[in-house]
Amino acid sequence: MAIGVKVMKRPTQQTSYLRATLKGMALTFSHLLRPKVTMQYPEEKSSKDWTLSSRWRGTHRMLTDEQGRAKCVACGLCPQICPANCIKLVPGEDEEGNRYPLIYEIDEFRCVFCGYCQEVCPEEAIHVGVHYENSEYTRDRFVYDLERLSAQTHPVSTLWDPSDPKGE
Amino acid sequence: MTFFIVSSAIKVFAVFNLIMVGVALLTLIERRVCAWMQDRLGPNRVGPQGILQPAADGLKNFLKEETSPAMADKALFTLAPIVSFVPALLTFAVIPFAAPLPTRWGVVPMVVADLPVGFLYILAISSLGVYGIVLAGWSSNNKYALLGGLRASAQMISYEIALGMSTVAVLLLAGNVTLSHVIAQQQAAHAWFIVPLSVAFVIFFISAFAETNRLPFDLPEAEAELIAGYHTEYSAMKFSMFYIAEYSNMVTASALMATLFFGGWDIPFTTWDSTGDPSVLKTLATLVVFGFKTFVFLFTYIWVRWTLPRFRYDQLMALGWKVLLPLSLLYITLLAVAIWFIRTQLGWEYGPGMAWALGGLNLVLLIALVWWLDRGRIVSGSVQEEAA
Repeated sequence: MAIGVKVMKRPTQQTSYLRATLKGMALTFSHLLRPKVTMQYPEEKSSKDWTLSSRWRGTHRMLTDEQGRAKCVACGLCPQICPANCIKLVPGEDEEGNRYPLIYEIDEFRCVFCGYCQEVCPEEAIHVGVHYENSEYTRDRFVYDLERLSAQTHPVSTLWDPSDPKGE
Repeated sequence: MTFFIVSSAIKVFAVFNLIMVGVALLTLIERRVCAWMQDRLGPNRVGPQGILQPAADGLKNFLKEETSPAMADKALFTLAPIVSFVPALLTFAVIPFAAPLPTRWGVVPMVVADLPVGFLYILAISSLGVYGIVLAGWSSNNKYALLGGLRASAQMISYEIALGMSTVAVLLLAGNVTLSHVIAQQQAAHAWFIVPLSVAFVIFFISAFAETNRLPFDLPEAEAELIAGYHTEYSAMKFSMFYIAEYSNMVTASALMATLFFGGWDIPFTTWDSTGDPSVLKTLATLVVFGFKTFVFLFTYIWVRWTLPRFRYDQLMALGWKVLLPLSLLYITLLAVAIWFIRTQLGWEYGPGMAWALGGLNLVLLIALVWWLDRGRIVSGSVQEEAA
């Protein structure tokens, strides 16, 4: 053997390979029969151990009124507060003086999902949603226009409530 | 003659396909059992419960790019997978896998080739497998591959001896190297050779792990230190062939353990399968039993693989040369004396009495062996311990 190899002195009464082997075999076999914790994702999206939080901040959703129009009054608060500058809003006004968004677009790639837009919205129109499956074939499909935002059906985020910090 | 040729051809075809399908399923079983032992589910996407996963893997390997290192020895590089693949499949030829099958043209023995030298054939062919590995390691022109090949050759040669020695015990008792005769002997005594030869089985079992390069003896592959050892440079179907060879070696070793020590296709606690006229039902029943016995050992292979860590190289050699070889030599001596004593002094022939008498002797030896192993230090390095 090469010079300088240090061989550790091991306590002989504790180094029974036989017992260690049998113990290990028993352990692996017990694990073989144990219930598995793997979640079968596409079929199974939540289990008793894991569900998506109701405070989850995912892709946006625009709520609508009874006539199916977006609740947005184009006040301009959300593009103002947005830290990522991802909301594009061009306001319009009809004959009766009601303001509405001519263009309302959110670039979901720029969005950092902070949820400020929902917090700041006086009409409870724009919301971040409890949703995370967002695959598309092209990048430009990630710029959601008003029609698309209104058509989303997933539940909206409850956000964090300072009066109920633990969500109880 | 025509009958012999036709039946042999059919058997070759059937056994080849059975092993190929078995190996494919074994890769899946390995992955799933491994996953279960790690509290995962394992591959279950392709087909029901992932049953088509091997087909997907196979297809992938067919379609992958064949790479060949620029400085490799092209001829040997191509030859190596074949050389390791062919002997792996050849060995199964002499293992009887079921009771004889009656057909309209005559009784077909359920073994591809019932060679009179059956066991010697297995020893000869299975040691050829090391050539494939060494050639692969050398021709790749890669230091890791070469080290893997070197390790494989040293390891397989070392354990070949212990393996051969442990089977000498079987031959002493059976008095014949034909495997069908070995099985007949075990059936006649109503006691499988595990009873009178349990120590030999332990040695055989450990050596078989080393011979098939499975953990805890997979030094030739040793991902952590040698990347993948001898098949580092291989890709696509060439790599697949090494993989298939490894698994068919496992199948053969398991089948061999079942044959030599667990009565082969014998169904326990009944003489129905080995006496009387052969029938199709008997053939099928014994085939299932043989498959089950083989599967138990295959499962043990997988189970051990996902439990034990790899040996250090000097530990491996120490175990082979300093423990298993002297142990098997000592055991053969003791056993030969015992057999001589029983045969000549007591005048018994091989039967239940002799089997259980030897079984008692083996039990004593096993207890002594376990006591000795349990003291620890058994696989310590070949280095002198430091003075305390």
